[in-house]
Amino acid sequence: MIYIEFVKRNIRRTPYQALAASMVMFLTFLTLSSFLILAMGSQQILKFYESKPQAIAFFKDGTTEMDVQAIQDALSQTGKITQFKYVSKEDALQIYRERNKNNQTLLELVTANILPASLEISTLSPNDLKPVAEIVKREPVVEEVVFPEDVVASLTQATGLIRIVGTGIVAFSISFSILIIIMIIGFKIRIKREEIETMKLLGASTRFIKTPYLLEGMVYASIGAFLGWLISVLVIWYFEPLLKEGLGEVAQNIYPISPLFVLGLLSIQIFTAILVGGLGSLAALRRYLHL
Amino acid sequence: MISFQNVTKKFSTAITAVDGINLDVKKGEFVFLVGPSGAGKSTLLRLLSREYLPTTGKIVVDEIDISKLKSSDIPLYRRKIGFVFQDFKLLDDRTVFENVALALQVRQMPENEILKEVERTLKLFEIWDRRNLFPRQLSGGEAQRTAIARAIIGKPEVLLADEPTGDLDPQTAWSVLQLLGEINSWGTTVIMATHNKEIVDTQKRRVISVKGGKIIKDKNEGKYDLH
Repeated sequence: MIYIEFVKRNIRRTPYQALAASMVMFLTFLTLSSFLILAMGSQQILKFYESKPQAIAFFKDGTTEMDVQAIQDALSQTGKITQFKYVSKEDALQIYRERNKNNQTLLELVTANILPASLEISTLSPNDLKPVAEIVKREPVVEEVVFPEDVVASLTQATGLIRIVGTGIVAFSISFSILIIIMIIGFKIRIKREEIETMKLLGASTRFIKTPYLLEGMVYASIGAFLGWLISVLVIWYFEPLLKEGLGEVAQNIYPISPLFVLGLLSIQIFTAILVGGLGSLAALRRYLHL
Repeated sequence: MISFQNVTKKFSTAITAVDGINLDVKKGEFVFLVGPSGAGKSTLLRLLSREYLPTTGKIVVDEIDISKLKSSDIPLYRRKIGFVFQDFKLLDDRTVFENVALALQVRQMPENEILKEVERTLKLFEIWDRRNLFPRQLSGGEAQRTAIARAIIGKPEVLLADEPTGDLDPQTAWSVLQLLGEINSWGTTVIMATHNKEIVDTQKRRVISVKGGKIIKDKNEGKYDLH
């Protein structure tokens, strides 16, 4: 296709501009893909907590197994409980050791005495958690009750914040990228004024003259979008073991990452790139090319 | 074929480049447009190429008033006209081959036909062996041959040449003129603006003398005469 040949020629003729444009686009689209991944990740974490109606009661030191059994009996009578799991101080230490097996300092600092024993209480539905927690809180041996309502509230808040800040950063990056495209394509139109005049005299149509510039902006943005996507996917892949370890059980809602999500992310990136590149080029053509 | 009907072109109230010109050029004619610098020769050519619109009057080419052409029709009109300039206006970053091919690429002709047509034209103009050189690597004569090849490869009905020999040594200027004569012999109308008295006087062609934006003389088999 003749337009592709023209775009290739334009890029070859000003390689540093092309490189600069693609790098700026890369930063923009790396931001966009990071934001999308963060948004998706936080959404999955939220889902995990919402799908697991579970409260954890932490006991004061000196709580006996009989105290725990009494609480279990009282709760069982509500008919809202599906399962109990008692985690003793030793069990808690075991879990702690397993999670921090690679960090000797953390292992040395903690003993079973520091960690509280706890009771994991699973309910039939998330709506049962609050009344169950209220019952447990009244027990004198219970130090604290944690249940997903708190976690979900914090996560919802965090997700909202991620969305607002992310949208702001992405909007700024996209605006900046459009301005960069306008500047670079505008500059190219200016330095090729004589060539454009010659093409006009040879009978080139407006579309024939404009299309390569339009495509050029799209190419820069698409290169940036592809690289941004590639790097963010590689980062998730590279840090998979670390994230799995850090997120614990929650990671099962994120990993393995669906190929559909990865391809969807690429599609969103490329679609946005075409829009950004196209808009920037169109604005430059309107501003600088008068045929 | 070409008719200027009482055409005036003003760039401001103070500058009148072309003043009430009436002129007819028949198909297949070879016309010299002579006159001092600023006489209005280039403006006439630019009016004909539809780069400028007349302030008053009309220009008819092939029975079409070109002032009334829609923007989308201007490229199609320009494909009927070939242009040759004193400074060649070759694109620096394209080879001889690519410069000539551009005239067909803008018509969106199939690639294989472009390759064949460019090869044929470059061989005809004896610059085939220069096809991979860039304009800066060419002599003046080769550059002008390339420019003429580009102008005529689309088989235009009219060739407008604005001082095509202005930057060339006398020998090369003659060869370019010979080339334009040959193109004219194929039936292409040629309008050539020039200062070159020697060339005009020896050619025995129609000569239109322009001064102060007006035609002061129009003679078949004329001479370079501005009086």
